[in-house]
Amino acid sequence: MRVERLFRRLTAHLDLPLVGLLGLLLLVSLGTVYSASEGNPARLVAHLVNIVLALAAMLVASHIPPQRLMQFTPLAYGVGLLLLVAVALFGEVVNGARRWLDLGFTRIQPSELMRLAVPLMIAWYLHQKQESMHSLDYAVAIGLLGLPVLLILRQPDLGTSLLIAASGFFVIYLGGLSLRVLAAAAALGALAAPFAWHLLHDYQRRRILTMLDPSSDPLGAGYHIIQSTIAVGSGGIFGKGWMDGTQTHLDFLPERSTDFIFAVFAEEFGLAGNLLLLALYAAIVYRGLVLAASAPTLFGRLMSAALILTFFVYAFVNMGMVSGILPVVGVPLPLVSYGGTSMVTVLFGFGIVMSVATHKKLVKT
Amino acid sequence: MPRLRYITPEEAFLHYRRRLEVAGYVAVLLFLLLAGRFVWLQVIQYDHYHAMAESNRIALVPAPPPRGAIYDRNGVVLAQNETAFTLEITPHQAGNVDEVLERLATLIEITPGDVRRFRRLMAESKGFESVVLRSRLKEEEVARFAVNRYRFPGVEVQARQFRQYPFADVMAHVVGYIGRINPTDKELLAEEGRAANYRGTEHIGKAGVEASYERWLHGRTGVEKVETDSAGRAVRILSRTPPVAGHGIHLHLDAKLQQVAAEVFGDFRGALVALDPTNGGVLALVSRPGFDPNLFIDSIDQATWAELNHPMARPLINRALRGVYPPGSTIKPFMALAGLELGLRAPGDSIVDPGYFSLPGSTHRYRDWKKDGHGVVDLKRSVVVSCDTYYYRLAHQMGIENMHRFMTQFGFGQKTGVDLDGELAGLMPNPEWKRRRFNQPWWPGETIIAGIGQGYTLATPMQLAVATMAIANDGVVYQPQLLRAWQDPDTGRMHYAAPRIVARIPLKPENLKVVKQAMVEVTLPGGTAAVAGAGAPYAFAGKTGTAQVIGIKQGARYDEKRIAAHHRDHALFIAFAPADAPRIAVAVMVENGGSGSGTAAPIARKVIDYWLLGKRPGQAVPAPPSAIAPGEEEEEREDSSPAIEAAEPPPSSEGGVHAG
Repeated sequence: MRVERLFRRLTAHLDLPLVGLLGLLLLVSLGTVYSASEGNPARLVAHLVNIVLALAAMLVASHIPPQRLMQFTPLAYGVGLLLLVAVALFGEVVNGARRWLDLGFTRIQPSELMRLAVPLMIAWYLHQKQESMHSLDYAVAIGLLGLPVLLILRQPDLGTSLLIAASGFFVIYLGGLSLRVLAAAAALGALAAPFAWHLLHDYQRRRILTMLDPSSDPLGAGYHIIQSTIAVGSGGIFGKGWMDGTQTHLDFLPERSTDFIFAVFAEEFGLAGNLLLLALYAAIVYRGLVLAASAPTLFGRLMSAALILTFFVYAFVNMGMVSGILPVVGVPLPLVSYGGTSMVTVLFGFGIVMSVATHKKLVKT
Repeated sequence: MPRLRYITPEEAFLHYRRRLEVAGYVAVLLFLLLAGRFVWLQVIQYDHYHAMAESNRIALVPAPPPRGAIYDRNGVVLAQNETAFTLEITPHQAGNVDEVLERLATLIEITPGDVRRFRRLMAESKGFESVVLRSRLKEEEVARFAVNRYRFPGVEVQARQFRQYPFADVMAHVVGYIGRINPTDKELLAEEGRAANYRGTEHIGKAGVEASYERWLHGRTGVEKVETDSAGRAVRILSRTPPVAGHGIHLHLDAKLQQVAAEVFGDFRGALVALDPTNGGVLALVSRPGFDPNLFIDSIDQATWAELNHPMARPLINRALRGVYPPGSTIKPFMALAGLELGLRAPGDSIVDPGYFSLPGSTHRYRDWKKDGHGVVDLKRSVVVSCDTYYYRLAHQMGIENMHRFMTQFGFGQKTGVDLDGELAGLMPNPEWKRRRFNQPWWPGETIIAGIGQGYTLATPMQLAVATMAIANDGVVYQPQLLRAWQDPDTGRMHYAAPRIVARIPLKPENLKVVKQAMVEVTLPGGTAAVAGAGAPYAFAGKTGTAQVIGIKQGARYDEKRIAAHHRDHALFIAFAPADAPRIAVAVMVENGGSGSGTAAPIARKVIDYWLLGKRPGQAVPAPPSAIAPGEEEEEREDSSPAIEAAEPPPSSEGGVHAG
């Protein structure tokens, strides 16, 4: 009986429909990673360990009361920003990009921390100012967003900075920034695009050009897109069958258990599988947004919705990239790609969403 | 900064809800966009991507067929495949090739020639193909490399099929050789629509039977459908159409006879052709000196190539088919037969030979090789003692047109059609030819010397053999054939080649009988080849001949001792035996051999002895060629020796053989 009580206490803050949907997605992930790694048991075990760790992180996050989270938000954001500055000053260069910080005992990538910290910080700020909003407050919010985004863009890491920018944008958008200002900002962005093009690094420009015409460089930058598009297209309606994808198993697909895992899935399960996967993501996003809308505080609402929409953007950008309608940015398919950091971050985020949704009855603001 | 309008929490929440809904719709829209993209890729464009995935994954690998073997009439192997190990390097996998070569040299013997050839082949190859560095590795070399293999990525020992010619130089001009397919071969194959069948094949027949019967020897290339990974490595075989081996080719040739013939030439240069008078089958075809065809298969080094093109020896020239020589006195039996057939002579008619012949109204003397003449000479004796005067007179009476017409029937001046490449046609002149060639009229004197096979007349040893065969078998001109049968590679069934008759010359039996008897007497005491014919236990019919290499001035004498070896006369001999039921017809030509009786006739005798009696030379005690006294036959030298060289290119100007 004590075990049962303990279990109930542990799961008290979980949202069972969402957990069920996430579980289904993790099963898809297990099967696809298994296929992508040629049935290598070691890889599967490592993946399982990641999943268990990430689920534990979700469980822990679900128990953190939103107020506590709010207390820590400025600290987390401040530390993250400091670390980004440290990266810019003393960071280690790996593959031409300065992303890592060597702490002596371990290396960390502060931009990962900022994926959560930035939307939290903006939601915190808007929450603080909700009683007396100035337009200036939006400017501050945009500043809170822009600073880390620019630092990450300079590393350079286009993918992460765009995705963080998106998550921050969601908070500001949901926080009620006037549509006229948004429209003006969009127009300004469009005008700035040619200048931004000049700010981009060569490899980033190349990726965009390659996306527009992969055949211009079939053995170089275009190779990934060509091969992943072939994998997706040759999957047909019902796919080649699990473990039977030729592009996957004959080594034509690059990065097939990480960024390009969707190509493996699409090749082996076809259009039918893809539509089911889209439906699963849509269901998770829907459930997540319902939870977000039910949050009792502005902070909770903004932050939850931003996390869920960011999750959606990750999924969309990854599938769009693999199927050749978006440039190649290093974004994993959330909860499906092999890789511990992303798995833990995403499930931790879902834990927060559940925490916000389930702590409303206990705490009155 | 203006303070924003106050909104109640409820208003704010509705506002939030509306914006969240908009975000939700946008998300749905974006997912629909993705779904549309998936439908486009996986349904509408499916065929395209399916095909691309298949071509990614499937490679068609040609499986070259094993080449057919070549056999002699008794099934002795003349050309075969053997498996040997080669050391091969795939340059793009090996890294620094110079350094790899250096390290390999410590394990396996690599000659500078190997390296040169490797570099040339590497330059021609595409980098990802493996290139042969050394072939025919010894077993201990294979073992030594196997132990150290891990140190040499991109270097491998491969088992490959090699063509091997066990008889080497003895069969070189018959069997020929294969060589690497060069761009010219490729073009030709493409023109003939055979290129597809040569995918995966590296060698092609370049000369001899290997070239003549390339279509049958090669076989049909199979194909393996192989699944490959992104690095091009074969993962598994999906389907396989096995190659069909080439046909076995069986020749009329007798390997032992050929060996005997090659041996008896000793150090002489020359050619011998032996035919089966019953069907035209080539029993032996020798051109000396020979060369080792095994050298040609991959690539030949510079020094060997230079040696093979030595201006005198020229071993690559097939003298039996491409050597053209004045037939000299060997034409006399045919002239005699023409005289009889045309009714210009009767067997009993005789002349008195004063030692020369002059045209009416001319003082120019066409002299007999015997200064004082042969005295009373009838037709048979004219052959036996090789009387020139007899044939000067006969030729004069016959006229060049008649002579040309009659000789042409025996194949003079035309290709025999033997199943080997590169045969020359020789030359049987007539006035029309001379007008065409030199734009000059035919002089009567040219007819006179044509009567003894000098002047413009040129023949190959093969042509002489065919003409001799036609006398032996009473006028049947067979197309000489090496091919006796071809063997189906699957069933092993033999398909025999039918003899091909070019012409049946209408000849009166009584005339043939006279000429044949005369030829038998040539090898009997009193005949020009009496020494070579001594003791033959069969009726040995023959005729000597001598073809001059340089002109001798009117009044000067030919003195062998004072003439450089390469200016000495070519010795000729034609023969068949047994005369009453011939089983072999032979033509022998010995370059600078001096006299037909002294060098050519003994060679023919030994070859025929072996064929009819199974007697190998040296078993009995035949006198060595040098011991035979020269001077039985010495023929007239003529100052009016015309421009032979201009009529047909002499053998020394031929050069049709190239290393692959």
